[in-house]
Amino acid sequence: MSSTATIILIEDEVQIQRFVQAALEDAGFTVHSTPSGRQGVIDTGTRKPDAIILDLGLPDMDGIDVIRQIRSWSNVPMIVLSARTQEAQKVSALDAGADDYLTKPFGTAELLARIRAQLRRHSQTGNPTQESVFTMGDIRVDLVNRQVHRGDALVSLTPIEFRLLAALIRYAGRVVTQRQLLKEVWGPSHIESGHYVRIYMGHLRHKLEADPAQPRYLLTETGVGYRLLADGD
Amino acid sequence: MLPCGRHHEIAYTAHMSHTRPDPDALLEKLQQEDARQQRGRLKIFFGSCAGVGKTFAMLTAAHARMQEGEDVLVGVIETHGRRDTESRLQGLPQLPLKSLIYRDKTLHEFDLDAALARRPGLLLVDELAHSNAEGSRHRKRWQDVEELCSAGIDVYTTLNVQHLESLNDVVGQITGIRVSETVPDKVFDLADEVTLVDLPPEELLQRLQEGKVYMSQQAERARRHFFRKGNLIALREMALRRTADRVDAQMREYRTDQSIQHVWQTHERILVGLGPGPEAEQLVRTAARLAISMKAEWLAAYVETPALQKLGHAERQAILDNLRLAQTLGATTTATLSGDEVSTVLLDYARSRNVSRLVVGKPRRPLLMRLFVPSVTDQLAKEATDIDLHVVVRQPKPRHKPAPQHSLQMAANAHLSGLKKRGYLWALAISAATSVIAGMLLQYFELSNVIMLYLLGVMLISIRYGRGPGILASILSVSAFDFFFVPPKLSFTVSDTQYLLTFGIMLSVALVISNLTSSLRYQAVIANYRERRSLALYEIGKELASTMTTQHIVEVSVHHIASLFQSRAAILLPDADDKLRAPEADAGHGHTLADVDLGIAQWTFDHQEHAGLGTNTLPSSPVLYVPLKAPMRTRGVLAIVPENRAAIFLPEQRQLLDTFAAQIALALERKHYVEVARDALISMESERLRNSLLSAISHDLRTPLTSLLGIADQLRQAPGMPADRHAQLETLYDQAFRMQQLVVNLLDMARLQAGSVQLNSQWQVLEEVLGSALRAMQPVSQQHHIEVTLPPDLPLLQFDAVLLERVFCNLLDNACKYSPPNTTIRISAQQHPGEVWITVADEGWGLPAGMETQIFQKFTRGQVESSQPGVGLGLSICKAIIQAHGGALWAEAQQPHGTRFIFSLPLGEPPAPPLAEETPA
Repeated sequence: MSSTATIILIEDEVQIQRFVQAALEDAGFTVHSTPSGRQGVIDTGTRKPDAIILDLGLPDMDGIDVIRQIRSWSNVPMIVLSARTQEAQKVSALDAGADDYLTKPFGTAELLARIRAQLRRHSQTGNPTQESVFTMGDIRVDLVNRQVHRGDALVSLTPIEFRLLAALIRYAGRVVTQRQLLKEVWGPSHIESGHYVRIYMGHLRHKLEADPAQPRYLLTETGVGYRLLADGD
Repeated sequence: MLPCGRHHEIAYTAHMSHTRPDPDALLEKLQQEDARQQRGRLKIFFGSCAGVGKTFAMLTAAHARMQEGEDVLVGVIETHGRRDTESRLQGLPQLPLKSLIYRDKTLHEFDLDAALARRPGLLLVDELAHSNAEGSRHRKRWQDVEELCSAGIDVYTTLNVQHLESLNDVVGQITGIRVSETVPDKVFDLADEVTLVDLPPEELLQRLQEGKVYMSQQAERARRHFFRKGNLIALREMALRRTADRVDAQMREYRTDQSIQHVWQTHERILVGLGPGPEAEQLVRTAARLAISMKAEWLAAYVETPALQKLGHAERQAILDNLRLAQTLGATTTATLSGDEVSTVLLDYARSRNVSRLVVGKPRRPLLMRLFVPSVTDQLAKEATDIDLHVVVRQPKPRHKPAPQHSLQMAANAHLSGLKKRGYLWALAISAATSVIAGMLLQYFELSNVIMLYLLGVMLISIRYGRGPGILASILSVSAFDFFFVPPKLSFTVSDTQYLLTFGIMLSVALVISNLTSSLRYQAVIANYRERRSLALYEIGKELASTMTTQHIVEVSVHHIASLFQSRAAILLPDADDKLRAPEADAGHGHTLADVDLGIAQWTFDHQEHAGLGTNTLPSSPVLYVPLKAPMRTRGVLAIVPENRAAIFLPEQRQLLDTFAAQIALALERKHYVEVARDALISMESERLRNSLLSAISHDLRTPLTSLLGIADQLRQAPGMPADRHAQLETLYDQAFRMQQLVVNLLDMARLQAGSVQLNSQWQVLEEVLGSALRAMQPVSQQHHIEVTLPPDLPLLQFDAVLLERVFCNLLDNACKYSPPNTTIRISAQQHPGEVWITVADEGWGLPAGMETQIFQKFTRGQVESSQPGVGLGLSICKAIIQAHGGALWAEAQQPHGTRFIFSLPLGEPPAPPLAEETPA
């Protein structure tokens, strides 16, 4: 992963744009900033960035539309910036194709961590040989043989629990909305049965986490979705 | 239509068709049962005549109820000095009677208001048919009882068969004594229970002789008149039969309920056509009996022909009374129809109402007329091919017949009678003038043309002044013609007999013309009157439609009513608590109604019935109160003091007044809904404004804080910073962070306060939300041990996860702030009936005594001067969030030290869990 990666920052608030750009440039990224959604879409086409950081509240067009437009022809990682009370907005951004979100106010460390995670995942998807074994802490998930070990002990998972875990691993480090999980694990007909995911997440935590009430790996992003936090993220 | 008297319809939900299990009937049944649930139960002790022991039986039953622990109260009991009744009265608490002074006499009456205020479980009210003294609220005691039942008080009462409205005339015919105190059959039919108190005539006579029934001086007189054995047997039979009818009706009702024998019979509907004669009353009663026996709905109609419009006031009043009687006896609709041909109008109305049977009286007319002009009944019989005709033989009661008055009504009346006097003079003058002119012209014209001249005069008089002067003119003309022109002149003797024929023809032609023209005149006057009526309605309708304010509606209505009914009027409107306000002094018209009694008006408003002058309720009041009934509810009360009392009680006027009232009510209702719509718009606007203000503020506060925090964070992590600079940057970051927390809290509080928080309630796993809260609070809670105990079988709970996470964060933050480092914070949940209790307990310093509730107030903190940061918003936010979820939040002292915050969340019906699949992967 190269630190000379190019990032487009679409943010209309000058102060925020300034400090984010400074933080990113300090970390060695090349940053192009624009206050307009339209310009952001054009820049994405011309500059071929490695990642996009996008504020949802833009003056000229809805941030969700920016995501949809870019996502229609590019799979560049997109991170949205959003306010704390706007969970619904975050969910729609994620469902529209955004890869992650950051809640304002956010720290530099958090911002950089998220960007690195996205860049890493993006470079991996280009690489077809995805690892068949995934580890987090003392948990080892063998995706080919569908076996899960915690320490030395084999953990027995039901087919749905395994499918859920596998889906989370596919999105490791990123946030997945409840809707995406329902669609991938239960199929499109169960999109409204939100409590299914919560119940099965509970099962998984009880089987995999040391303290299910204070999980280390299977995290809940309240109101938005879930995030599987593997080592190093 | 005559909707003015439909009072009792409301109190007694329409009671018809028990044999047809159609949905309406079932719904009605349910509504009736609902109404009965809230209503007090009415039990009638029913007997054939006085002295059978009804009161005694009632008292005995009351004693039994009292022993069961019921709160029994004697409202009024007439012991008639009977000793055993008096002894039975011992031991029952009695309500003191009210004293009324009427024409210098002190009367004692049942105290309705005291009974309503006292609210006993069971009230005894003797003699249901009793007429109340003048000045009481209701005319009749059964109306008192009705109000008591409506108020939810059970009532026991007594009733004799001869007091039942529909049997009143039959009993009168048998015994020769008509009682004037009657009770509508509906009261009897709708009573929850009827107990027949029966005593064979022999025993009754025995009791009478022993002086047990009446005190001795009255006994002999009573026996001779009423207590004849034949009478008693007949009365007993009637009482038994009436009770049996009731039982039969109950049986049928039961069968309908249980859907036994579905008989879909066509619904009978009976129409009784009333005439102006005194027999109409009997006709109404007959129709009522027929309708009851057939379980049919019935209507009464009166057809007003131009000829009938000339009837006197007393007769018109009698017609109105009969229509009212019909309503009391259960007619669903009473109508006043108008037209030329009684039979046609009646049949048209019958067909439009789907009437299956028509009841009319048998006409009593002179033989000659019967031969030449077919009676209404004959015409009906000829034309009514599709409707059964019942002809009732009339037994006219001797009645003082009022002198026929040639009066139409109001203006028409005065107008015509004034004209008439002058008309006779004009008849004289025209006849004389014609004679003079004819005398002068005779030398040029033939005698036959002179006749024409006279006829012209008669016609002019008839057209201008009506029938009387016309007749006078024709007689004068014939006499003058004879006297002046027929030889021998200047004498009434006639030489040529053929002139007698001329006279005869001349007289009849003159009479026919005068008759025709005068009836035309009447028609014109009536048409004129009708037009004025519709014009008045049109005008008030037009003006009301353009009114924008309540004040304007009131002004328009009062103005129109005052001018049209020659009355003073006021409109009383209710306030928010449905209490009527006194009308404001009307500056525009300069008069107010000083005599409006707000109590009566309120009663009218509450009961949706007419009251006051000329009604059944407080008729002695000088003011008539008309409820303004709109489709949704009563909108107010119209109070009227008529200058000419008779004018307002004519059928047409009453109808017009009721139509006016309906129009005004509609206007008020329209105005009400306009206001409702406007209020909704305003609150929507202010809501929108508040929301956009909040989001603008939160955006403007958050954006600088975000950059501040971001830059501070960036700087403090920059390498190569001197230590003191680094410490300053840390402080900068901390202060900015705290500022941000404060802004978040303030905005949250504002949002919660504004009520604009939409709960995104979903079925959640508590552990999950707690988990993310713990993770979010990790930086704060690092120095504390956190222990979580959740029962494994905790069901899903319905809440807004984001808000609940906030509650947990605030409670944890609080616990960390107010307990020393390295102590334990315990979070647990317990299931209670209907709810789950979640506890966050710390081992801190605890709350100061008495602060357990205050801490939930905004800007309140346990310790006034504290080194701990925060302004005390956290807990009030928590409380608001929990309350929005239908739960509660409270604080308790923890033993041995510390504080326990507990909040409850309601348990609901969680959705179906996902299907079990237990094949391990």
